Amino acid sequence: MTGPAPSAPVLEASKVTVQFGGLKALADFDLRLQAGELVGMIGPNGAGKTTAFNAITGVYAPTAGEVRVAGERVNGQRPFQICQRGVARTFQNIRLFRELSALDNVRVACHHGHAAGFLAAFLRSASFLADEARITQRAEGFLEVMGLVHRRNELARNLPYGEQRRLEIARALATGPKLLCLDEPAAGMNASEKVALMELIRKIRDDFRLAILVIEHDMRVVMGVSERLVVLDHGVTIASGLPDAVRRDPRVIEAYLGDAYLAEHQIAVPGAVS
Amino acid sequence: MKLFGLAARSAAPLVLAGVAAWLLQAQLGQAWGVILMYAGINVVLAVSLNVVNGFTGQFSIGHAGFMAVGAYTAAKITFALQEAQLFHLPLGASQQIIFLLALAAGMGMAALAGLAAGMPSLRLRGDYLAIVTLGFNEIIRVVIENTPFLGGATGLSGLPRRTTLVWVGLGAVATILMARRLVGSTHGRALLAIREDEVAAEAMGVDTTSYKVRAFVISSAFAGLAGGLLVHMLQLCNPADFSFIKSFEVVTMVVLGGLGSVTGSVLAALLLTISLQVFTEFQQYRMVVYALLLIVLMLTRPSGLFGSRELWDLFPAWRARRKEPQPPSSPTSEEVP
Repeated sequence: MTGPAPSAPVLEASKVTVQFGGLKALADFDLRLQAGELVGMIGPNGAGKTTAFNAITGVYAPTAGEVRVAGERVNGQRPFQICQRGVARTFQNIRLFRELSALDNVRVACHHGHAAGFLAAFLRSASFLADEARITQRAEGFLEVMGLVHRRNELARNLPYGEQRRLEIARALATGPKLLCLDEPAAGMNASEKVALMELIRKIRDDFRLAILVIEHDMRVVMGVSERLVVLDHGVTIASGLPDAVRRDPRVIEAYLGDAYLAEHQIAVPGAVS
Repeated sequence: MKLFGLAARSAAPLVLAGVAAWLLQAQLGQAWGVILMYAGINVVLAVSLNVVNGFTGQFSIGHAGFMAVGAYTAAKITFALQEAQLFHLPLGASQQIIFLLALAAGMGMAALAGLAAGMPSLRLRGDYLAIVTLGFNEIIRVVIENTPFLGGATGLSGLPRRTTLVWVGLGAVATILMARRLVGSTHGRALLAIREDEVAAEAMGVDTTSYKVRAFVISSAFAGLAGGLLVHMLQLCNPADFSFIKSFEVVTMVVLGGLGSVTGSVLAALLLTISLQVFTEFQQYRMVVYALLLIVLMLTRPSGLFGSRELWDLFPAWRARRKEPQPPSSPTSEEVP
């Protein structure tokens, strides 16, 4: 292992491209995230946001470009390896272990870094029992953070929708990430629930000193919570920077509202074909 | 003190099972002894297959192939060491030790076969995996039938009878203990996570390929144990006993008991074996019985008798006693603003 520089960014994606046949789902995607940063990723449907997540977390191997986690190149590694390097994620369509209890969902994620082997598990050795106790305690801690302790023994599929979303975040946190990728964590929530969730996300960032990357459709919500925004459209990063600047960027408005809107309001788009 | 605890946790259930089986053996007649041995061997098979099909959510229908590997390995060792006597021990004790070694070697070989079959095929899912395991089962059988060293199609006869109810009882309890302890450990939870959602399990740091192969290897090893026990009871290695029909029988037991339920597998194995052995006139119709059972089950209770739950989950009174104490919780502080 080449020791990464101590100041290496948590995530460094440079010129990441994901191509399916003739379709570039993601083109020359660049993103640097430092520890403690909370960055929002927005864009219309099909813009490549989830593709970017999948390229970072190893679900797709990037066709070109490079992904580095804490200074180490992770291109082509399998998702579990990238997870062990410190990238955790949630899913747009909730993917909990439905038939397992809330506690077990989190305990699965506490899995790696676990010392006792199979034989110890069969023999119920003292070190195995100590390990199990440690894992359970850790998992309960994360349930506590997400306000789910009272659901401990409930099957994941029986939880209400909002709690399922929170359980997914608890599970992702339990892997001990440096970077947490949240894929539309507020999808399907009403406005006040969204605001509460975003507050919670900000609190998690502060408490665990993580870098967090959030995909969110709702502009107002994501603007309120993130310090920096990345806007994707058709796989291309069309804008990035401070929320206020991004909001006024004509290309962002075009992507969201269509060029008819721009023509009507006579807003000029630099580089756009008229 | 630590070692004592370890020994107590691991060996006590086995000792109890051995004593119980020994008492049972003394009480029962020859006929019932054989029926119970069949049942116990099927418990080993069903519970071990449940590790792959129930816990891990993969669908293997080639369990009898690994059984054959274990059976022939153990039989060959028994033949080779039939006259051997260890360390001036009395002949009986020496034979028992050699039998234990033969069973262990059978488990080891079956585990290797499971590794060889699992490595390439566990990349496949669902139906494809089922077909590959079925194919592997048949390959093993056909290779045995065409190998003179293994007795060819007529098999190996004249094995000494080594399997007793005590051996079967120990084997069954060891298998159940393995399955229960596996599913209650972090490794078992990784397997369950793979069953529930492979993509999410992988994203949470579970090496899904490695875990699937490990589950397959463990399951195959115990199939090998069942094979070793069976041939030393029948005193005969017959390749026809390890055809896909045997695999299908085991799958029926697992599905009937409920995928993922250890007690379900145990009960289904006992129920099916004992009822078919008692009503011997039905023996020739057993494939019909299995097929009918599966059809009725799929129509009325697709998740099997127990689903993925255990026997004690169905009786709230038992469950309350088993449940660990709840941590004190204050609902007010848990609500997220």
